[in-house]
Amino acid sequence: MGIGLAVLNRIASSPTIDKLKLRKTTEKAVYEGARSGFRVAGATGRAFQRVKGSGRPARLARTSDSGVFDLNPTEDQEMIVGVIREFAAEVLRPGAGEAEDLNDTSKEVLGQTSEFGLTLLNIPESLGGLSEDRSAVTGVLVAEALAEGDMGQAVACLAPAAVATAISLWGSDAQQQTYLPAFAGDDIPSAALAVAEPRALFDPFDLATTATRTDAGLVLNGVKSGVVRGSEAELFVVAVDLEDRGPTLVIVESSTPGVTIEADPSMGLRAAGLSRLVLADVTIPVDAILGDGTDDDYRECIRLSRLAWAALALGTGRAVLDYVKDYVTTRHAFGEPIAHRQAVAFMVADIAIELEAMRLVTLKAASRAEQGLDFAREVALARRLAAEHGMKIGTDGVQLLGGHGFVKEHPVERWYRDLRAVGLMEGAVLV
Amino acid sequence: MINLETPRKFRPFIKQAHQVADEFLRANSRKYDLAEHAYPKELDLLASLVDGMGDSGQGQGAGAAAVRRDDETTDKASKVKNGTNMSSVLSVIEMCWADVGLLLSMPRQGLGNSAIASVASDEQLERFKGTWASMAITEPSFGSDSAAITTTAVKDGDAYVLNGEKIFVTAGERSDSVVVWATLDKKLGRAAIKSFLVPKDLPGIRVERLEHKLGIRSSDTAVIVLDDCRVPAENLLGNPEIDTKQGFAGAMATFDNTRPLVAGMAVGCARAALEDTRELLEQAGVVIDYDRPVQSQSYAAATFISMEADWEAALLMTLEAAWLADNRKPNSMEASMAKAKAGRVGNAITLRCVELAGTLGYSEHELIEKWSRDSKILDIFEGTQQIQQLIVARRLLNLTSSQLR
Repeated sequence: MGIGLAVLNRIASSPTIDKLKLRKTTEKAVYEGARSGFRVAGATGRAFQRVKGSGRPARLARTSDSGVFDLNPTEDQEMIVGVIREFAAEVLRPGAGEAEDLNDTSKEVLGQTSEFGLTLLNIPESLGGLSEDRSAVTGVLVAEALAEGDMGQAVACLAPAAVATAISLWGSDAQQQTYLPAFAGDDIPSAALAVAEPRALFDPFDLATTATRTDAGLVLNGVKSGVVRGSEAELFVVAVDLEDRGPTLVIVESSTPGVTIEADPSMGLRAAGLSRLVLADVTIPVDAILGDGTDDDYRECIRLSRLAWAALALGTGRAVLDYVKDYVTTRHAFGEPIAHRQAVAFMVADIAIELEAMRLVTLKAASRAEQGLDFAREVALARRLAAEHGMKIGTDGVQLLGGHGFVKEHPVERWYRDLRAVGLMEGAVLV
Repeated sequence: MINLETPRKFRPFIKQAHQVADEFLRANSRKYDLAEHAYPKELDLLASLVDGMGDSGQGQGAGAAAVRRDDETTDKASKVKNGTNMSSVLSVIEMCWADVGLLLSMPRQGLGNSAIASVASDEQLERFKGTWASMAITEPSFGSDSAAITTTAVKDGDAYVLNGEKIFVTAGERSDSVVVWATLDKKLGRAAIKSFLVPKDLPGIRVERLEHKLGIRSSDTAVIVLDDCRVPAENLLGNPEIDTKQGFAGAMATFDNTRPLVAGMAVGCARAALEDTRELLEQAGVVIDYDRPVQSQSYAAATFISMEADWEAALLMTLEAAWLADNRKPNSMEASMAKAKAGRVGNAITLRCVELAGTLGYSEHELIEKWSRDSKILDIFEGTQQIQQLIVARRLLNLTSSQLR
């Protein structure tokens, strides 16, 4: 069974979208007040049953090079994207304002995406997932489709999948057996991939968060930022500078002593509940190093994460384009629709041109990634375009609506705030 | 399955095209930039090579005529095709990596040949085989507004009599024939505009003068005068009827096929500048790292990555437009998008490369300054940047040419 059918099957057997009920306003106010200024210990998560690995970790195969230039998604991909776009339009978009006010994504929405199998896309079939092959392209198409609804909620929905993907791609056999079954189960753990740090000119290859070797294991110290739904997360994959080795990913369970979460509300992505993860003398076992902890694995992680951010920008960019197309053809000034003016129409044309530009480069990077080709260059280029032109699309979207774009009656100001994240975020999402 | 790598079946051919471009075009690049209007005789040999490849079926669409959309219906309709539009664009990129002006001077590979391939009947295609056709649209009184054509064609027995003046005719002097756009009846507007293949040995057609230009100096740009030039009626390309419903669409169809080619020219030219600039930057100690954030790299490295990003986008948009054509999907908007993106980034990249390379880039010691002059025309001919934006905007917003002017 292909991925598409597997996903459709899951959706068919899940509660329907209509069952989603939004929280009442009063509840919301209380909840929001509690969230925006907290500093709490890490969530007391489940106890992950430690499994001793015996063999080689399960790895997804590369997809083979078809040798043909082709922009058509597979039938499976079309099916998945069709469902997710509908979900994004029916649920994420209408609920975006409320999720933003909550500084969180509702459990219902998160539950819904788990039911779709988002976390399973990169988990091997042998471990309860849906895949046999790497599917970075599917990941890009899914992230794009979700972000067309709302980037903040999309990030929240994709965060656990990022951790599952990381463990699946680079984890040891023991780590896969310990953690992945939970992601393939009914009650998917909240989890976050924490790479960024709160300082100017942050470079993921030059980390300030350290892991020192002691007799008790590795001792972690430092502050990570851009951590999605940190207070809820039961499991973190954290980028640290490992003594004698350099940047490395480690697995940290939220209940480990010394783990603290601080709310870090930011200009956008509010539905993602951005937080800081403070690590103060956190001791973890040496075998918490993700997989072999190689430099290649770490680089691949950074690249795949940037790829996911570029994909998110595509979805939000598409949302802007469709919204302004409608607005400029219906808004009148000087006796005719403003779309009849070149200054307006050309701005819309440029949004479409640059969006297509970003999209093709992002897809090329993803297709190279899943074929096992070097994709460092293509990811860098996709990220550049998403940062530069993606932000331009965001600011032009507001500009085209004028003063109306500046007020919250229209979603373009939110898209403006969300798109700013793309060129600077590291970690959090993966394809 | 989504895959944006160069099609496997074209890889050997591209490699070959690259070698040819290097040896025949790049090697003579500066020579004919300095000797404007001198005939690049080296190209005769190359042109026979291309002809030979085309006749033996090995060319895989290296020529200008490869943009023809044949009507054969593939029984494998669902199968994705990488065809001659794609291979033509890939070949143009290699040639223009070497020299845009010399590509435009390739015997029998004129824009007129692409026009013939796009709109001629099978009979005409056979009859005009082997001709080197240039394209004459622009007149002194208009540029982008092709509907404003004043050159007239009046039916007289078995011929049309053409009168008017055409400017900016690429390869107008060197070509054997000119595809001339003229109106059968000015009152009937766009629908009355037809194109005619006018052999240059007919009485009444003459080359008035050649332009001196900013770039692509190895390519001749002619002013052509038609003075009671009698053209056989069967040389009218396409349908001779004035179909007011179809309007301009027929004539404009040529552009859907040629715009990706011009976008490819911009992509090839900019790649040349990027390659040489990278080498010069690395000699100067600049390290370009794709993993480190650009914010933490040198200005030159960050600029380079930014340029490369726009270049890659232009390349892929060009390939997308060609891919759509090969798979018989409408590509007017994508062709214009590709031309807009490639035209502007090609120009911006080459100019920025000159800046990064300093006086070295500015001087004739290197070819970078030449590419920065050549690239400008690619954002102008076959529809300027602004015309492409008009086309894209009208399509996106579903506006007519009277609503969005």
